[in-house]
Amino acid sequence: MQTVDLATTTLRDLNVALQGQSVSSNQTRWEVLNPKGAHAIAVGLDAPIEVTVKGSTGYYCAGMNKQATIHVTGSAGPGVAENMMSGTVVIEGDASQYAGATGHGGLLVVKGNASSRCGISMKGIDIVVFGNIGHMSAFMAQSGNLVVLGDAGDALGDSLYEARLFVRGSVKSLGSDCVEKEMRPEHLEILRALLERSGADADPSEFKRYGSARQLYNFHVDHAGAY
Amino acid sequence: MESTPQTLPRDSWTFSPEINAEIRRAADTGIYDIRGGGAKRKVPHFDDLLFLGASISRYPLEGYREKCDTSVLLGTRFAKKPIKLKIPITIAGMSFGALSGPAKEALGRGATLAGTSTTTGDGGMTDEERGHSEKLVYQYLPSRYGMNPDDLRRADAIEIVVGQGAKPGGGGMLLGQKITERVANMRNLPVGIDQRSACRHPDWTGPDDLEIKILELREITNWEKPIYIKIGGARPYYDTALAVKAGADVVVLDGMQGGTAATQDVFIENVGQPTLACIRPAVKALQDLGMHRKVQLVVSGGIRGGADVAKALALGADAVAIGTAALIAIGENDPKWAAEYTKLGTTADAYDDWHEGKDPAGITTQDPELMKRLDPLEAARRLRNYLAVMTLECQTIARACGKSHVHNLEPEDLCALTIEAAAMAGVPLTGTNWIPGQNGF
Repeated sequence: MQTVDLATTTLRDLNVALQGQSVSSNQTRWEVLNPKGAHAIAVGLDAPIEVTVKGSTGYYCAGMNKQATIHVTGSAGPGVAENMMSGTVVIEGDASQYAGATGHGGLLVVKGNASSRCGISMKGIDIVVFGNIGHMSAFMAQSGNLVVLGDAGDALGDSLYEARLFVRGSVKSLGSDCVEKEMRPEHLEILRALLERSGADADPSEFKRYGSARQLYNFHVDHAGAY
Repeated sequence: MESTPQTLPRDSWTFSPEINAEIRRAADTGIYDIRGGGAKRKVPHFDDLLFLGASISRYPLEGYREKCDTSVLLGTRFAKKPIKLKIPITIAGMSFGALSGPAKEALGRGATLAGTSTTTGDGGMTDEERGHSEKLVYQYLPSRYGMNPDDLRRADAIEIVVGQGAKPGGGGMLLGQKITERVANMRNLPVGIDQRSACRHPDWTGPDDLEIKILELREITNWEKPIYIKIGGARPYYDTALAVKAGADVVVLDGMQGGTAATQDVFIENVGQPTLACIRPAVKALQDLGMHRKVQLVVSGGIRGGADVAKALALGADAVAIGTAALIAIGENDPKWAAEYTKLGTTADAYDDWHEGKDPAGITTQDPELMKRLDPLEAARRLRNYLAVMTLECQTIARACGKSHVHNLEPEDLCALTIEAAAMAGVPLTGTNWIPGQNGF
């Protein structure tokens, strides 16, 4: 186990060390102490290493992650795992706004609640939130899966493209072009696999699926009121 | 039968044939006009400025003999690896998707031959583009189409696009007819649907967030790459100041004549300020912060020739960027395709429906047959020549003003032909020492 204490080591040195790992590294387990809400912790990683951040982080923790498994024992600030490409990020506490924004791949698990704009513009990432999510989540989400065990706020899935949204609790309101859709066997299977991977204790049959009505995919004046 | 004297038919200024045609088109289709290019209306521009040249009070340099340096260093504030360009003219961001692959290749090759950089756009970085561009600026756009950390690291600089001159505050719309399988794959979207480019970044909401975003980008790229921030010319003083505050190495300022791949005509023609009006407030912001020449300023939006370059530099820019002019140089709107432009209901030089993907020149299209019309090697030669001519013209003017480096041009070398231009550029009306808005009147 490699331990880096941010009380005595700079953010730059931490990221240089983590970014310096490769597929063949034998330094596969890292622990970061005293994050104290610092921004940009463990960003741009590209190796199958495990990083545990002992505490809470500021903005953009695990940004653009590839391959790594990053575990935050506290809460995460805005933009956690933004534009993640692959790998896994787990937040034990809550996540602030824009969690998983524009993520292309990998799995983001938030064991607490996520704030507004969770999964905004997601492009292939899978996000599982054990608690609730805030308003405008999955706005313009393109692909991937957003699973919410709790409730969703206003305007869920506004201007959604091909991403799938699964919500167990209530949805305060749906955004433009977002509709409830039939939960077919293939969707239950996708959901079951995501719940299992994230360690969530929930029955897929309790969820509703939401997706794009695809009415706004090509402009037509009769739909202008929806824009 | 005896004829009665008649008045001549007279078009209304308010309801001109162009306005009437647009009313009829809107009534027929139910959608506003979407087009490419920049503002077409006449606004105060560099043509309204003149250089004074040297006589007795100033001492000129000998043309073709005495050296006039044109090199420029971008990104000297924080980046470990600033970009050195041989000329103060760069190629502005234009996306693969909006442009064909051969067009992007030509821009990369031409810019490299001229010793300058080119820039990606919405849609991400292609291998061809990276391979043919010695210096490539990677645009970090609100849509984040094709965004990935490997490409960030492959770039020579990162340009965070906050705004664009053609549409400050607006997003874009690449209509479905141009979305081929390759373009769709790069953007994680289905083939054939309208692709909206967001008007704002999804994961930050203001200048304080932007500062932290820049920290993240620097941490990911080892603090090597210059970070540019591109703003549309709307509130240049405040936006420049906030870009500096957020940590920009370079500010890219795009005036309203700046082009776009596709957006609403009403936006292009009615939002933003002319390039000429934007430069001095941006320079003032840099000067007020003590950052002029420390944070470099790149100006774009309607730059056409060496005189425009020299005037932008004299007003305080460190370099300029060209987009539309570069496309014209490589063959866009070329009269040799006149018959085909006519078939499309337009003419060479006026064609702007770039979003339809039918560009006869093979530049703003993804049609494989049309794309073949553009020879990237010949187009690159043309772009290199054009950039060389602009540079020579700029040097010629600078020498006449007694400058051994184009960056030594200054507002004192200029006068204005109109009161409007004098006020906007902050230089005297020609024949007077009057700068409107200064000295109390």
